Amino acid sequence: MRVQAASLSTNHMITVKKLTKKYARTIAVDHISFEVQKGQIVGFLGPNGAGKTTTMRMLTCFLPPTDGGATVAGFDVLEEPLEVKKRIGYLPETPPLYPEMETTEYLQFVGRLKGLSGSDLQKRVDFVVERCAVGDMKEKLLGKLSKGYRQRVGLAQAIIHNPDVLILDEPTAGLDPKQINETRELIKSLAGDHTIILSTHILPEVEQTCEQVIIINKGKLVATDSVSNLQNRARGAETVLIEIAGRNGDLEAASVESRLARLNGVSKVQFKTSHGKRQVFEIESEKGFVRGDLARAIVESGWDLNELRPAAMSLEEVFLQLTGSEAQATESATKGAK
Amino acid sequence: MRNVWIIWRKELNSYFASPIAYLLLTMFALVFGFFFWNALGIFVLMGMEAQMRGQMFPMNINEQVIRPLLSNASVIGLFFIPMITMRLFAEEKRSGTIELLTTSPIRDIEVILGKWLAALSLYACMLLFTALNFAFLFKYGNPDWKPLAIGYLGLLLQAGGLLAIGTFISTLTKNQIIAGAATFGVCLLLWVLEWVSGYETATWAQVMAYLSVVTHFESFAKGVLDIKDAVFYLSVIFVGLFFTARSMESLRWRS
Repeated sequence: MRVQAASLSTNHMITVKKLTKKYARTIAVDHISFEVQKGQIVGFLGPNGAGKTTTMRMLTCFLPPTDGGATVAGFDVLEEPLEVKKRIGYLPETPPLYPEMETTEYLQFVGRLKGLSGSDLQKRVDFVVERCAVGDMKEKLLGKLSKGYRQRVGLAQAIIHNPDVLILDEPTAGLDPKQINETRELIKSLAGDHTIILSTHILPEVEQTCEQVIIINKGKLVATDSVSNLQNRARGAETVLIEIAGRNGDLEAASVESRLARLNGVSKVQFKTSHGKRQVFEIESEKGFVRGDLARAIVESGWDLNELRPAAMSLEEVFLQLTGSEAQATESATKGAK
Repeated sequence: MRNVWIIWRKELNSYFASPIAYLLLTMFALVFGFFFWNALGIFVLMGMEAQMRGQMFPMNINEQVIRPLLSNASVIGLFFIPMITMRLFAEEKRSGTIELLTTSPIRDIEVILGKWLAALSLYACMLLFTALNFAFLFKYGNPDWKPLAIGYLGLLLQAGGLLAIGTFISTLTKNQIIAGAATFGVCLLLWVLEWVSGYETATWAQVMAYLSVVTHFESFAKGVLDIKDAVFYLSVIFVGLFFTARSMESLRWRS
């Protein structure tokens, strides 16, 4: 069994199968399955309360799953938690720092906890201090560090034992833009040596740092794909927003929909909102669609075309669509255009 | 075992990195010093009276000074123990560092033993101050050291039990004050539980009196090593640490 598991790990560093966490009344994580390959940076994406932290806590053996299971580096989180813990570096949402300790003292303590000792320990402490650029704060009490430094020391403790897998829960939350950039660069630079899962609800972060995205919402897996695939998916179809008004009195949404749907290349017409007499429709189209046709059809039908603009899909909208908040997506797109 | 030592060291360091340890040591030394001063004053007075009347009472420093003082130390300990244990887990839970401990390759029991031993070590440091007082008795008198040693063993065993209970209570909450207050309540109850035996002899009263931590100390204070009493304290330690382990496990299921 062990041998089998070990050979698996050459391809998949993390395997999650139907992982489930139930609480008394709610299901925090609902039968999630995914795999992460060695050396990848994976973005774990979802709105607040989607179950990201819970999933990560199950991977780090902090929480036991209610159902299903996961293996990390070939070891089962339920069967061999100690082996899993040896191979995982974990940065929780708030870095687990002891305010009364000094930076080096703390890193030494964590290193010992993870099984390092002697000159190995000293070497690793020096290495992570250098790597995470906390050299200036070596003798400072952790309680007196700024937020950015706290995060860096948090990262330093996560990589102190050179783990195969790094699990980072919202590593950039609460940092200022400069610190966010630095942290992202740091995480990217760690990718070669470690397999990294990082959770976030900030999309650009995923676009900038990750190769693979796992999107979850309300405890369910919504999508898992590479970042470039998702972006392609976003560009494949074109969406146009139009705002039209009836020339004489009211306009029937249904008739507009049926008229425009007949156009060549239009795959879907959907009524969005109305502002008084003006109504907004969203038109999804396939490739080879000519906007001129759309405009002509509207004018020929006796309606006024007030506005026609592309609603380009960013990864953000893909995300919002996938997590089921389409209305929000168009709203933000509308706002962005104005 | 190595992990227990790592946790022990970290806990002791954090006791001494904050004012907690120094405050507890100072207060304990002050309070016990006052008791010692009084006990000695009475002893000296009795000695002078005996001399003036020309009577030769058998004056025994072990029986008349050390024994009551050891009992006093055990009761003073009851008040200090909650302050030692209240932060052990409550603080880790509040600051989130408990996640570091539970996701490190270290067993729950190693964390618990390390913390409990650190608390016991701090208590032992407090007892060192009492030893300083007793040292004067050895300089100016000739007490027997064996009963005193057994008394110290008893103090450590009793404190071990109460510290284990305090450690358990500290896992139940994120709030140090709540942990401290609850532990104090339990310590106090375990002290006065024996009072029921003063007016009631039914089985339940006997059980309650048996559970009182103070009655089991009497033999130790006398300088007698009674296995039954030692076993009682060892059981309290075991039960306390066992419940701590269960509670730490359930943290994961609940949180």
